[in-house]
Amino acid sequence: MSRDHILHKVRTALGRSAGQPAAEPPPVRLCGPQSDLEARIERFLNAVAGLNGKTYRARSCEEVRDYAARLVDGRPAVASCTPVLTACGIHGLPGVRYQFSTRDEFQTACAQAAVGITGADYALADTGTVVLLASHQEPRMISLLPPVHLAVVPKERILSGLDELFTLLPRPSELTSSLVLVTGPSRTADIEQILVRGVHGPGEIHVVVL
Amino acid sequence: MISIPHERFERVLADPALQQAIYAATGRLMEKRREAVAPEALPDYQELRSQARRIKEHTLENLDYYLEQFEAEVHARGGRVVWCRDGDEVVDFLTKLAREKNARLIVKSKSMTTEEIHLNQQLEQRELEPVETDLGEYILQLAGERPYHIVAPALHKTRYDVADIFSRRLGVEREEIPERQTRIARATLREKFLAADIGLTGANFLVADSGAVVLVENEGNARLTTTAPRIHVAVAGIEKLIPRAQDLAVFLKLLGRSATGQPLTVYTSVLAGPRREGELDGPEEFYVVLLDNGRTRLLADREKRESLFCIRCGACLNHCPVYRKIGGHNYPWVYSGPIGAILTPQYFGAGHEPWLPFASSLCGACGEVCPVKIDIPKMLLLLRREIGRSLAREGKGRWERWAFRVWAWLMTRPKLYEFAGVAASALAPEGSEGWLTGLPPVLRRGPLAAWLSQRDLPLPPGRSFRQLWRVRSRVKRV
Ligand code: SF4
Repeated sequence: MSRDHILHKVRTALGRSAGQPAAEPPPVRLCGPQSDLEARIERFLNAVAGLNGKTYRARSCEEVRDYAARLVDGRPAVASCTPVLTACGIHGLPGVRYQFSTRDEFQTACAQAAVGITGADYALADTGTVVLLASHQEPRMISLLPPVHLAVVPKERILSGLDELFTLLPRPSELTSSLVLVTGPSRTADIEQILVRGVHGPGEIHVVVL
Repeated sequence: MISIPHERFERVLADPALQQAIYAATGRLMEKRREAVAPEALPDYQELRSQARRIKEHTLENLDYYLEQFEAEVHARGGRVVWCRDGDEVVDFLTKLAREKNARLIVKSKSMTTEEIHLNQQLEQRELEPVETDLGEYILQLAGERPYHIVAPALHKTRYDVADIFSRRLGVEREEIPERQTRIARATLREKFLAADIGLTGANFLVADSGAVVLVENEGNARLTTTAPRIHVAVAGIEKLIPRAQDLAVFLKLLGRSATGQPLTVYTSVLAGPRREGELDGPEEFYVVLLDNGRTRLLADREKRESLFCIRCGACLNHCPVYRKIGGHNYPWVYSGPIGAILTPQYFGAGHEPWLPFASSLCGACGEVCPVKIDIPKMLLLLRREIGRSLAREGKGRWERWAFRVWAWLMTRPKLYEFAGVAASALAPEGSEGWLTGLPPVLRRGPLAAWLSQRDLPLPPGRSFRQLWRVRSRVKRV
């Protein structure tokens, strides 16, 4: 069998035997430079803007809803069922769909939507990243198929960066089958190194911090 | 002497547009990397490199343990691990899977490992339809070419080439603006994504403690490949393992910055198993193919094992003066540049394309920029030694060995060495503007002339370093 064959070759190459435990791995390297929340929000919004994302700081749920309403503007949109969107009343906006009985129905809706609206499980200030953990409330295609992605980020979810994220989530796969870091709009530079946005994913990203 | 096949390079060297394209693209990538790893931007860059190297070293030294841990974690999350010794076994597995699931269309996101085993051609021969979805790879698949660069596969294609390829292969209006060309690809490929049954990816990392496949990209095609089709298959070399999800904090900081100067690429996906209870989308089936294809042979070589640390960032290509001249397709295998020059002879044997380790000025740039600190120049020297020895066994390369022996003898005798230097200057070869243009008559034939035919040498200076040194120390003493 190929499995045993490969493992045998690996062990022979290393002079190890079956069942032998691993040596002590190098200690994990995670640093936690803690900045205060306001500074993190500021840094996060700047980083998103630096990636050509649109940013908005909302003071209330109503402001989030108004922003979303202007962006959707009655066109077809898909929203996830994550609590922050419910709290902001996104699901009541004209054009917004959020309940689906089958995968096919959901996929078609996402493929036809002008805007996809998600929450954010975390955000990374250093890089302007929105972190999404797939779940029954937060499916994957909403932030992927529509040409525009709107992410609503509760401000206390903004972390400094990767180190803090992996300190909080040492093994993300225990929580989700898919952890995705979204850093700016989809882009390519494959033709003559010329930057083009919106290749397969959304070419436009809006981040609203609440 | 190992001769370098200059004839092969002539077409590329004589094509100013291509030279310009390679220079501009690699130059821009160098510039962006430099900014991204500068001390102001990333103060702990060197510590991150050391840590990345330590982790890779540790993982490979305990690889069997981590492979088994990874397998157990994938199984625990409802996925399946498939072990393949070579490309044929991968093709067999995929063909069987496709037949079982009644699948024909396979969307693919960029993967050097599948290039390595010529997977597309093999699948096509079995009546399957693999479609590359990374824009650069898609262009190349339509053109029937292999990647020119690990990270920027279509680096050698101009927008006019792309216009030709799209209009010829897709039957669309000729379109020369990259933005519109991208729209064409988006629309065509979107249909494929939504219709495909199998999504095939590589893996940038495999995380042992999580049973996770990590994919790093900018376009969103890897996300679509792993989201829309019912089945996700990731094909990865066994060296892609890292022990813990927490180690990603180190590698992700290095990979994007080294490759394109991005602190993080647009999308990073950490995928573990099929979709879970209650999820609306994501694959129903999740397979990870662990491929050997010669890697265990490299693993057995302690001295050169570190070649397996490579995270395929492409930085060594961008910084290599040889790659920047001869381009990607002059390297015999899918891995080009310095990393290709050390991987190819190790995978295929030192006798295969033996010129590769010699086509280097040993300037050391590759080793200096490598995010996992592979000592590429040292690997090149080790390979040269190996090739030299195997030539010696065949009774070849006698003159060269003799010449180096004389050289070594001379170098260890300072007085004699100095005299030889003076004598060489006194022979006063012809030159102009400080460069050597001709040789004394006795040397006009033979190996020295051949050596010089491809190299520029400055004229010997009026006074040697030793003479200058003596003058200086005399002045100081006074
Ligand atoms: S050898 Fe190092 S620099 Fe070259 S591609 Fe691999 S990781 Fe990058």
